[in-house]
Amino acid sequence: MKRVEGLPKLTGTMQFVDDLPLEGALWGGTVRSPCPRGRIRGIRFGSGVDWSEFVVVDHRDIPGKNVVRLIEDDQPVLAAGRVMHLHEPVILLAHPSRTELRRALRHVEVLIDPEPPVLDFGLPPERAQIQFGEDNVLKHLLTRKGDVEEALAQAPVLVEGVYETGAQEHLYLEPQGMVAWEEEGVVVVSGSMQCPYYVSAALQYALARTDDQVRVVQTPTGGGFGGKEEFPSGLAVHAALLAMKARRPVKLIYDRTEDLAVTTKRHPSRVRHRTGLDKGGRLLAQDVDVVLDGGAYVTLSPVVLSRALIHAAGPYSCENVRIEARAVLTNSPPFGAFRGFGAPQTQFAVERHMERIAAELGMDPVELRRRNLIREGESTATGQVIRDGADRVAVLDRAMEMAGFAERRKEYEAFNRAHDDKKRGIGLACFFHGAGFTGSGEVHLDSVVHVAGLPDGTVEVRASTVEMGQGALTIFTQLASDALNCAPERVRIAPADTGLVPDSGPTVASRTSMIVGRLVEEACRDLVGRLNESEGPRGISDVCGAIRDWHEANPSQELLGTARYRKPPNVEWDEESYRGDAYGAYAWGTYVADVEVDLRTFATRVRDFVAVQEIGKVLNETLARGQIQGGVVQAVGWALSEECKWRDGAMENAQLTNYVVPTAKDVPPIRVEFLEAPYPYGAKGAKGIGELPFDGPAPAVANAVANAVDCETNEIPITPERLLEWVLKP
Amino acid sequence: MIHVDFTLNGDDATVAVEPSERLLDTLRDRLGLTGTKEGCGEGECGACTVLIDGLPANACLVPTYQVRGRAVETIESVPASELGALHEKGATQCGACTPGVVMTALWIRRNADVLSTHPPRDLMAGNLCRCTGYDGIIEGLEAWVQEGQGEAGGDGGAP
Repeated sequence: MKRVEGLPKLTGTMQFVDDLPLEGALWGGTVRSPCPRGRIRGIRFGSGVDWSEFVVVDHRDIPGKNVVRLIEDDQPVLAAGRVMHLHEPVILLAHPSRTELRRALRHVEVLIDPEPPVLDFGLPPERAQIQFGEDNVLKHLLTRKGDVEEALAQAPVLVEGVYETGAQEHLYLEPQGMVAWEEEGVVVVSGSMQCPYYVSAALQYALARTDDQVRVVQTPTGGGFGGKEEFPSGLAVHAALLAMKARRPVKLIYDRTEDLAVTTKRHPSRVRHRTGLDKGGRLLAQDVDVVLDGGAYVTLSPVVLSRALIHAAGPYSCENVRIEARAVLTNSPPFGAFRGFGAPQTQFAVERHMERIAAELGMDPVELRRRNLIREGESTATGQVIRDGADRVAVLDRAMEMAGFAERRKEYEAFNRAHDDKKRGIGLACFFHGAGFTGSGEVHLDSVVHVAGLPDGTVEVRASTVEMGQGALTIFTQLASDALNCAPERVRIAPADTGLVPDSGPTVASRTSMIVGRLVEEACRDLVGRLNESEGPRGISDVCGAIRDWHEANPSQELLGTARYRKPPNVEWDEESYRGDAYGAYAWGTYVADVEVDLRTFATRVRDFVAVQEIGKVLNETLARGQIQGGVVQAVGWALSEECKWRDGAMENAQLTNYVVPTAKDVPPIRVEFLEAPYPYGAKGAKGIGELPFDGPAPAVANAVANAVDCETNEIPITPERLLEWVLKP
Repeated sequence: MIHVDFTLNGDDATVAVEPSERLLDTLRDRLGLTGTKEGCGEGECGACTVLIDGLPANACLVPTYQVRGRAVETIESVPASELGALHEKGATQCGACTPGVVMTALWIRRNADVLSTHPPRDLMAGNLCRCTGYDGIIEGLEAWVQEGQGEAGGDGGAP
């Protein structure tokens, strides 16, 4: 089935938030902190601006709690008394003219008495830098399996390594934006977002309103990748505060520079491995220490850290594992959700480390992985026994076959001997990704989906899941049409509007097809069940006709099928020990990157890329391939070119001119293949795939570069500058 | 304010604009043609690509007065019925880069000879896409061009 909203997107008729006509709206803007940490001494409104024309909002205008509602209550909607990072929002302005607004924003000065900031998450903080607890540690997690110290002491081979990854900007093509207005006592906020009910909760908390006094409507979202998971909550409160004070609609749209400078980024990481092995390359002990840079507030760092930890040992079986993970405070804009949610960082580390192990043992890196990949009945680092029918070795072998791995390794040895200024290499990475919320997260979300049978015989799927390019509307249409045995044209997906749809959870964590899709199927079956009750046991051949008949027999009543999340049996997680079944299902992958490094410019070009993965069941081939190819290219950017340069803790290169994302010319076709071992609790057997493709590319590319130039590539992005340094290092 | 006469999607148009106004803002704010998107405002991403006298240009970098007497084509001039090949191949995901991608692709389709000297990936390098990884776009472009050549052969005129 083709993407249901494809043509309106291709013709540009689909309206994003900045495209909405809004009669009498004011333009909103944000005055921000000029320094990374300090006490606010005052605000100076400059002369030469008629401030009476402006709506001005500060923290005193917040009717509820001055908090962006998330995990901890530490992040203010608007700074009050102190600032914790450069660009922190302090004052909001609105004016009918965008030009006047922009001019005025330059004439407000936030006066700060500076305090010592933390700008390097790798250094222990000094006393004057402590801002959270006793040690600036925002979250600490530990999981243990077996006896690591004993196993390390006994192991014939010990390999250590340290691996680092940089921040990354999501670069959704549509920048962040919200509009807000008040109608009949209800604050309505509409904009680009992944999680309408998160935004609703944030509005209720900060505006001191009940759930029926706020309404959140998602507009078509021009890319999210996690960047529109938590960030829109604060932005929505800003827009609402301005609209309430102005008593007029307000449009708050970031331009690209503001978006790059102030919004969340992928957490930078530093991961240390100590690994014990036998001489045949079998893993005996994995001791892993993970540190993430959390930024100035807690936001989602605890859960990003959790996923980072759970994936840190890789898709391998090992009896003795200890993983300790900390997210630490720095005075940077908070780092946030980004496709993969911590797992790409730790799997970069473990897959680079496997390469170092292979080199130390003088072993084929493919064979090292083959020997250690989890077999049916073996367990992950948290002790989750894997019995999913997936064959991880088959995934590896298929990728090697498609890439011609062994042959090319040989071929490139000869090529590199023959060429002084061009070097080729090929590298692989094995990885996995757990879909859905971690541990008991899905139980707490308690997701609900409704499917309504309408009087004209059509059906409407009601879920708070949003379309952001990943294909949710198409997948839900397909699933409902199949479950009801009716034409896709008879299925409509309701807008993600908290006034119309139940809370089916956030559009994150690769959970949409697998978990919410399953609920769509169940709600459809529930709807059919209701029809059956009234039709009697003769069964229904034409669902649409039966829906019309039902409405004729039951005028002005609602015909609703519902489904609520139920935990699959035998999935048990212990939050205290951090052990057990972390996810209902994992998807598995092996990726291969083939690169050429130019030793005159030290630029790396990806020549070929093979992506093989086992994902349960492919629901829509075009969409699934699109997810993999898009994820791979985004991750290749993280590996090679996308570097955030910092000044005072925030992104300095906040322009597309010098933040370099891959273009069509920079990447080859991504060769995708799927293997299928259906997951019985996912829609039609599907597992989540949105984030999986982010885990493999960076280590595969780094391993290929290491293979090409014969040096270690333990830090990404592998910019020409960095590579030059490594290659020339004696 | 200055007056600018030009051709917009085949029709005569007159607008009164600020001297420094960007074509992108004229199209979106004054003429209500919001199909052209702003992705970066500095000519890097190509989301605002339009055709001026048949050539692709970033509308965020063009002062409106410069289109005086020229022909501007925007995404609004491209009918959905023409876009089946791009739709089929998964050339759009989130849709934010898409109108710009389609306009560049339209230029390539009309000037398919450039493909004998430049690979499609080079020609599309001015349009950033963060969703597709470009395979859907490139495959869609190639299918669309092929379709166009079939038509051109059939009725002797390029669309």
